[in-house]
This record gives sequence, C-alpha cells and structure tokens, in this order.
Amino acid sequence: MEITVRLPAVLRPAAADQATLTLTLPEDATLGTALDLLATRYPLLARRLRDERSRVRRYVNIYLDGEDTRRLAGVETPLPAGATVEVIPSVAGG
Amino acid sequence: MHLLAIGTRKGLWLATSPDRRVWELSGPHHPMTEVCAVAVDTRRGAPRLLVGTTSSHFGPTVVTSDDLGASWQEPDHAPIAFPVDASLERVWQLALGPEPDVVYAGVQPSALFRSGDGGRSFALVEGLWEHPHRPEWGAGFGGQAVHTVLPDPRDARRLTVAMSTGGVYRSADGGGSWKARNAGIRAYFLPDEYPEFGQCVHKVARHPAAPDRLYLQNHHGVYRSSDGGDTWQSIAAGLPTDFGFAMVVHPHDPDVVYNFPLTADGDRFPPAGRCAVYRSTDAGDTWTALRAGLPDGFWTAVLRDALCTDTATPAGIYFGSRSGEVYASTDEGDHWHRVAEHLPDVLCVRAAEV
Repeated sequence: MEITVRLPAVLRPAAADQATLTLTLPEDATLGTALDLLATRYPLLARRLRDERSRVRRYVNIYLDGEDTRRLAGVETPLPAGATVEVIPSVAGG
Repeated sequence: MHLLAIGTRKGLWLATSPDRRVWELSGPHHPMTEVCAVAVDTRRGAPRLLVGTTSSHFGPTVVTSDDLGASWQEPDHAPIAFPVDASLERVWQLALGPEPDVVYAGVQPSALFRSGDGGRSFALVEGLWEHPHRPEWGAGFGGQAVHTVLPDPRDARRLTVAMSTGGVYRSADGGGSWKARNAGIRAYFLPDEYPEFGQCVHKVARHPAAPDRLYLQNHHGVYRSSDGGDTWQSIAAGLPTDFGFAMVVHPHDPDVVYNFPLTADGDRFPPAGRCAVYRSTDAGDTWTALRAGLPDGFWTAVLRDALCTDTATPAGIYFGSRSGEVYASTDEGDHWHRVAEHLPDVLCVRAAEV
C-alpha cells in the first residue's frame, strides 16, 4: 500500500527539498514502520523527528489523517492504505 | 584575519576583522538553534568551524564549515548519539585534542564523546559513562552536563572534565578510568560541604604551557590547583564576589587569568550593575577590575563559555552577555569596545586567527 508524508518547509532540505513523500509499505504497517523506512531513505530527516532511542521528539507532532498520533497509539498506530501522515512542529520556543 | 564566533540562544553569528577594531558580522547561521559550543580548528589546511546546535523541535547536532561559514556540512548519521539507553540533549563543549583530528565533546546528559575524524563522528567515552558516581551526578539549572573538557597537551592519555553537578574528574588512561578531583572545592548546598564529588563547578581553565595549573569558577568559590586538580586552594580573596561562570587564561602567560564576577547565586548581576572583567597577573593572588569602555547599568550576566581570548600579541579578550552585547579588548583587557549589540542571549564566544 502507499501512504503520503507531508513535511513542513523547515524539514524539506533534509528530504531532497520535497514537500510530499510517497512511501510504499506492507499492509500491516504502523507509523513506526513508516518512520523506519524514512530512516533508510532520508536519515537526516528521520533524526530530526526521532532521537537515538527512536522516540518521537517532544515538540514534533505527527498527524494521521488529521488526528494527533500521540492521542492514537503513537508509533504503534496502524496506517490505512492511502493515509496522509503530516509532520507539524508544535508551538514551542521563544 | 581575526574571527570571533558568537553562539547565542537563537543561532550563530560570525564576526571578522582585519584589525580587531572594525568588525563585520554575518548571521544568524543556524537560526533558532541554541549554540552552546563552538570550536575553531586552525590545525587544518582550511580552518574548520565546529558548532553544536540544538533545535527545540528537531534536537541537537554538530555541524562543520571549512569555508568560514559560507557553507555548512552535517553528516546523514547523527555525529553524536548515545549507543546506550540515553538521548543526547545538548552539546556543551567542543574541545580540540592534542592529536590531529581529535575533537572531544562534553554533552548533556553528562558524558564525554571523542572524534578521531575532525568532528564528523563521535564515540562515547565509556569509562566516564560507566563511572560508579554517575547515578549521583545531579542537574543544575542548565541541565546535567559535562561543560568543560581539557585535554592535556603533553599527554593524549590525560584528560580533565568538569560537570554540573558532579565536579572535576581526571583520567590518565585515555578515558578508560576516572577519579574525582575536588579536594578543597566547597559545595555549600550539600550537608557535607567538602564531598569527594557533587560540586557544582561552572568552569575550569588551563594554559597549555603549564598544564598542571588549573583555575576554577565554582558555584560560589574561585580556586586554583597547582597539581593538576589533586588539591584546590581559594583565590577568591581579591575578587568582589566569589560567584560567576566564566574563567579563562591568557594565551601566552599562565599566570594571567580573567574572570567575570556576579554578585551571588541569588543575585546574578555584576556588583552594582557595573560591567567589569577582573584580571589577575599573579595566578589569582590579586585581582584588578578592568572597566575602561564598559557600561554601568549592566543588569545581565556573562555565561560560562561567553568569555574567551584569541592567540594574538597583545592578547585579545572577548565576552558576550545574556543581553546580546559583545565586547572586545585588543590590549589584554585594559580597554574595551563593543563588537555587537541586540543579539540574542550570548552562550559562547570563540576567537581565532584564520
């Protein structure tokens, strides 16, 4: 199945300047599966999103079809075919 | 050309000057990242800038530039990553080792990393990470970090680090084993005021020509060691206060040392709001205030790595404030002029001839 990953402008240089990525994943893929695949294709992007313990960084929010994945099952959240995963930096900093 | 790197809470600025009087600023480089650590490696054919950045959103990393900031490089892999159950939060110090291409990184949480490829990739120094004291190392307000790394220029196996809290540790075997070296340093905030470790050391400085002489700014207390850290003696008597963060040694004279006193832990301003660098020319026995060209009404602070020297003769001395001002002296501190103002909080400054 295919899913779409949408990136904020600030992260696009780490993904060959693409705003949208298409990932081909197995049918039982989770958000973690998608992030693992990103780590092989765009390792610099992947480590902006997760630390070395594979934990999503505190002020990085990842939405699945408009739902905050932290309120779903985090990286264990199943991804349906055709899903749109959107990375949005949270409101933080000063 | 003279280069002054200014790390701030919201990015890096680079100041260049042909004469250390007229400065041209570029920046922000790496905007909206905290820049706590900068090193300028002038041992290479082209000087390399190494910069530790931390994005509040996207985490910490180390970037390098071999063209004085015209372009920046960052490897795909994380230059510094814990291979154990910990996550890098911030790079506090980048220090050049005595061997070519060796760079050390002191980080938060308290750990030391070593690079053998000029700062492109680092490995955890496991001897310090596995130290039995580590569970008892605490966090100061800035976080728990190794903020000072002092490789010994005589012997690559000898290393000294300092952390808040924890204190000073020294290795004689390349980082394999470490001993606490805090005898005589007071920890007024603990029931035992002179513990083996647990001190909140703010900065330690040394001169390469006298590696066993160390100068230390503590969380209250200013000290000197003449035996590589085995014992410490107070040199605070000639200063207006014994609180502060910064401490640096003159580039050519191990008896000349600079400090920026703040009133107290609970009053983190220069005494009476008068901006003053203090200099000792007798290894800390006596101190003189250097104020020519510096302002009154300076209700701000100079942080632990925001005071530095260059290597020129006469020596240049530089400092930056949390209010975003940067001052320079081209005559060893006798007179000062402003290099920059209205920058974000200055976290570190580093000067070099490039």
